[in-house]
Amino acid sequence: MAKSDQVTRLSLSGLHCAGCVTTVETALKAVPGVTQAAVNLTERTATVKGDVSVPALIQAVAQSGYSAAEPKSDAEEAGKEAAEFAYYRALLHKTLVAAVVGAPLFVAEPLGLLPSLMHAQGRMFWLFVGIASLFVLVYSGGHFFTGAWKAFKAHNATMDTLIALGTGVAWLYSMVIVAFPELAPPLARHAYFEAATVIIALINLGAALEMRARGKTSEAVKRLLNLQPKIARVIRNGEEADINIAEIGLDETIRVRPGEKVPIDGVIIEGHSSVDESMLTGEPMPKEKNPGDEVVGGTLNKSGSFLFQAKHIGKDTALARIAEMVRQAQNAKPSIGRLADKISAVFVPSVLIISVITFLAWFDFGPAPALSYGLVTAMTVLIIACPCALGLATPMSIMVGVGKAAEQGVLIRNGEALQQAVKLTTIVLDKTGTITQGQPAVTALIPAAGWDEAKLLQWAASIEVASEHPLASAIIGLAKQRRLALMPLNDFRAIGGHGVSAKVNGNLVLFGNQKLMRDHHIDLGNLTARAAELSAQAQTPLYLAAQNKAAGIIAIADPIKPTSKAAIYRLQAQGIKVVMLTGDSVHTANAIAAQVGIDEVFAEVLPQDKAAKIAELQQRGEIVGMVGDGINDAPALAAAAVGFAVGAGTDVAIESADITLMHSNLKGVADAIEISKTTLRNIKQNLFGAFIYNVLGIPIAAGVLYPVVALLLNPMIAGAAMALSSVTVVSNANRLRWLDLVESHA
Amino acid sequence: MSLILINLAGVFLIGLIVWWFWIAETRTRLITESGAVDILVEGGTYQPARIDAPVGKPVTLRFLRKDPSPCAEKVLFDKLGISRDLTIGKPEEITLVPKQPGVFEFTCQMGMYRGRLVVK
Repeated sequence: MAKSDQVTRLSLSGLHCAGCVTTVETALKAVPGVTQAAVNLTERTATVKGDVSVPALIQAVAQSGYSAAEPKSDAEEAGKEAAEFAYYRALLHKTLVAAVVGAPLFVAEPLGLLPSLMHAQGRMFWLFVGIASLFVLVYSGGHFFTGAWKAFKAHNATMDTLIALGTGVAWLYSMVIVAFPELAPPLARHAYFEAATVIIALINLGAALEMRARGKTSEAVKRLLNLQPKIARVIRNGEEADINIAEIGLDETIRVRPGEKVPIDGVIIEGHSSVDESMLTGEPMPKEKNPGDEVVGGTLNKSGSFLFQAKHIGKDTALARIAEMVRQAQNAKPSIGRLADKISAVFVPSVLIISVITFLAWFDFGPAPALSYGLVTAMTVLIIACPCALGLATPMSIMVGVGKAAEQGVLIRNGEALQQAVKLTTIVLDKTGTITQGQPAVTALIPAAGWDEAKLLQWAASIEVASEHPLASAIIGLAKQRRLALMPLNDFRAIGGHGVSAKVNGNLVLFGNQKLMRDHHIDLGNLTARAAELSAQAQTPLYLAAQNKAAGIIAIADPIKPTSKAAIYRLQAQGIKVVMLTGDSVHTANAIAAQVGIDEVFAEVLPQDKAAKIAELQQRGEIVGMVGDGINDAPALAAAAVGFAVGAGTDVAIESADITLMHSNLKGVADAIEISKTTLRNIKQNLFGAFIYNVLGIPIAAGVLYPVVALLLNPMIAGAAMALSSVTVVSNANRLRWLDLVESHA
Repeated sequence: MSLILINLAGVFLIGLIVWWFWIAETRTRLITESGAVDILVEGGTYQPARIDAPVGKPVTLRFLRKDPSPCAEKVLFDKLGISRDLTIGKPEEITLVPKQPGVFEFTCQMGMYRGRLVVK
C-alpha cells in the first residue's frame, strides 16, 4: 500500500516518434506492479507509478528495443549506496566463512579435543586445517594481502600490512610445524591456524560494523539536500512538464503550486504567494513574495501559485552551496588532529620494527620455547596495533559535530573555527538585527478609558496611512495583520518633529509625541507615567488623541528577538562575557542591555570603529567572538577570533564568517559554542582512547608484563581488541548526534 | 651460531624497514607536461603515489576509485584545503595551479592512503 504511489523516473534513449512512445508505454505498463506509465517524447523521460524495481523497468524498455537508465544524479547516489551495501554484505560474508573455519578450532583447542601433531593421523588433520585456513586467508583475507603488497610497492605501510603480516606469519609458521614438527622443540609444536582465521573474521566484522556506523555520520548533508525536491514543473515551448532538477537550465521558467517546495533559486516573474523560508532562515512567519522577489530552493510555497525564472542551478543554489560548505568543513581538521596524522604516517613501519625487536627479545632472553614465544608475541604486536583508531579519531568527531551543527542551522566553516570557538572568553553582539529584530514594530497598545486596543490601532493606522514616517509601516502592518478596516481621512497635516493631525470620520485626531499633546492641551492623565516606563525600556511612546481627549499610547520599538535573552543567559552560564556593540544612543543601548541581561555596552560606535573596539577587548586579553549581520560588520567579524554571521544564508555571510547562523537568532551562537566544546571533547576522548589503546596494547602484546605477572596476550584477543578499537571511536563520535541542545531559561 | 645469525637477520630486517618505508623514494613517479594525470585508488594505495608537477602550470589529477573500502571515499589535500568525495568507478578531477614549489601530500581521511604532489 505504502509503495503503490511510488514514482520512478527513467531517462530514455532511442525514441524518435510518437509510435515509440506507445511501444515504451505498453512495455512499461506490462511490468507487474506498474499502475501508470507515461513517456514524454520531448524530454525523453518516462514517469512510472507503482511498486516496481527500477532494473525491471529498464529491462522492459530494453526488450521493447529502446534503452533506459535512471536519471543521473539519483543514479549516482543510489549507485553509491548500493556499492556500500554490497561491500558491507561482502564483509559479513567473509566474516562468516572465516568464522566457520576458525570458531570450531578456537573452541576445541583449549578443551584438548584436537589431535596431536606428532602422529601421522593428527598431522593429516592439521594439514587439512591448514589448507582450509589458506582458503580463509585467500577468500576472506585476500584484500589485506593485495592491499599490503600494493602499499609495499609504493613504499607505504598500512593496516593491511599489519594484518597480512600477522596472519601470514601465523599461517606459515603453523604449516612449517605441521610439515616438520621435529624442527621445533616439543613445547613449540603448536599450530596457530585458529588465530589466523579468527583474527581475519574479527577484523572483517569490525570493518562491517564500522561501515554501518559511518554511514550515519554523513546523514546531515543528505538531509540538507533532501530539502530540495527532485522534480520541477518546467515550462518549455509553452508546455508544462515535470523535469528532473538536474536538467533545468538557467533562465527557464518554472511553476510552483501551493504546498510545493521551490525546486531551485530564482526570481518570481508572475503571481504572488507566501513562502515559508524557515528551513533556511528560521523565520517562522511566511514571507510575502511578488514578481521581482527572490525565491530559494528548498523553501515551501504556502498559498499561491507562481512562475519564476531559474537563476541559480545545480551546484550554485544556496542549498547546494550550504551542503558543500558543510561537507568541506566536515573534512577539515583542527590542529589538534594533526598530531595524530603525523603519528599515523610513521606508525605502521614503527610497529613493524617493534615487532621485530619483540621477536628478538623473546628469542634471546625468553623462556623455552623461545622461537614459538617470539613468533607469537611478534604476531600479536602486529595484530593489536591500530593506527585506524588514531586516524579516525578526529575526522569522525568533526564530521558528526559539524553535521549536528548544520542540522541546528549553524554552519561551521572549518575545524579551526571549531577549535577557536571553544576558547572564546567574550562574545560581542551587534544590537540591531542581532539582539533585536532590526525592524520597528508595535510593542504595546495602551488604550485610555473608553477605548480598546483594536480601536486605538484602527484609528492610528487610519491616520498613519498618509504618513511617510518609518514608524507608520509598523502600525499599518499590525492593523492589516489584525484585519482592521482603515477609515477615510481628510485634512491630513504633518507637524514637523511632533506628529500628525487629520480628521477621521469627521473627528480631529492627533497622533504624535508628548509635545504635540501638550501643545494641544490634551490631558494625558496617568498615561505619562506609562510613557515614562516605556521610554526606559527603549520603546518610543506615541500618543493618540481624538476630539481633544487622550485615546491611548502606541509604543514602537525595535523588538528584542524572543530567543535573545535565553541565548545570552546560556552564553553567560558557559562563563562567557557578553558585550553589546551598537551605533545606537547610550540610552537605548542601555535599556536593551538591561532587558537581555548584558553588563557591558559600547554605544554610539560608528561602523568603521567597530573593529577597533574588538581590538580593545583583545588587548585586555580577551578572546573575542563577534556576532553581526555579515555585511556592515564585516571588518569586526574579521578582527574577531571567531566571526559569527547572523546572515540567514546570504552569500556574503557564508563566504565571510567563520560560523554562519542560518536561523537569525542568538540561540545559534550558544549552540555553536556548545557543539564546538562537545565536539572537541569528543575528539580528545577519541584521541586519548586511541593513544592509550596503542601505548598500552602494543607493550602488553609484546609481553612486557610477562616477567612481572606472567601475562601474555592471546593473538585472538588482540584481533578482537583491534577490531573493536575502530568501532569504539566511530561509536563515540556518533554519540554527538544525540547531543541535547535544550534551551535553558533565563 | 644460529642465535647470532637470527639476531643479525633481525637487525638487517629493521634496517630494511627503515630504508624501504622512510628513506627510499617511491619509484612510481610521473612528471607531467601534459597537465593531466590519472591516479588509480585501489587496494589501499594511490597509483602513482608521487606526481611531479611544474610550478605555475595547471595540473589535473583525475582520481579513479576502484577500492570499495570506505577508507577510500575521500581524498584530502590538507595543505591546500581541498577535499573531494570519490565515487567508485567515477573519475573525479581536481585541477590546480601550484603557485609555489613544495611537497603537497594527499591522503585519505585517516592518512593511511598517501600520495604526494611534488611541485618544482
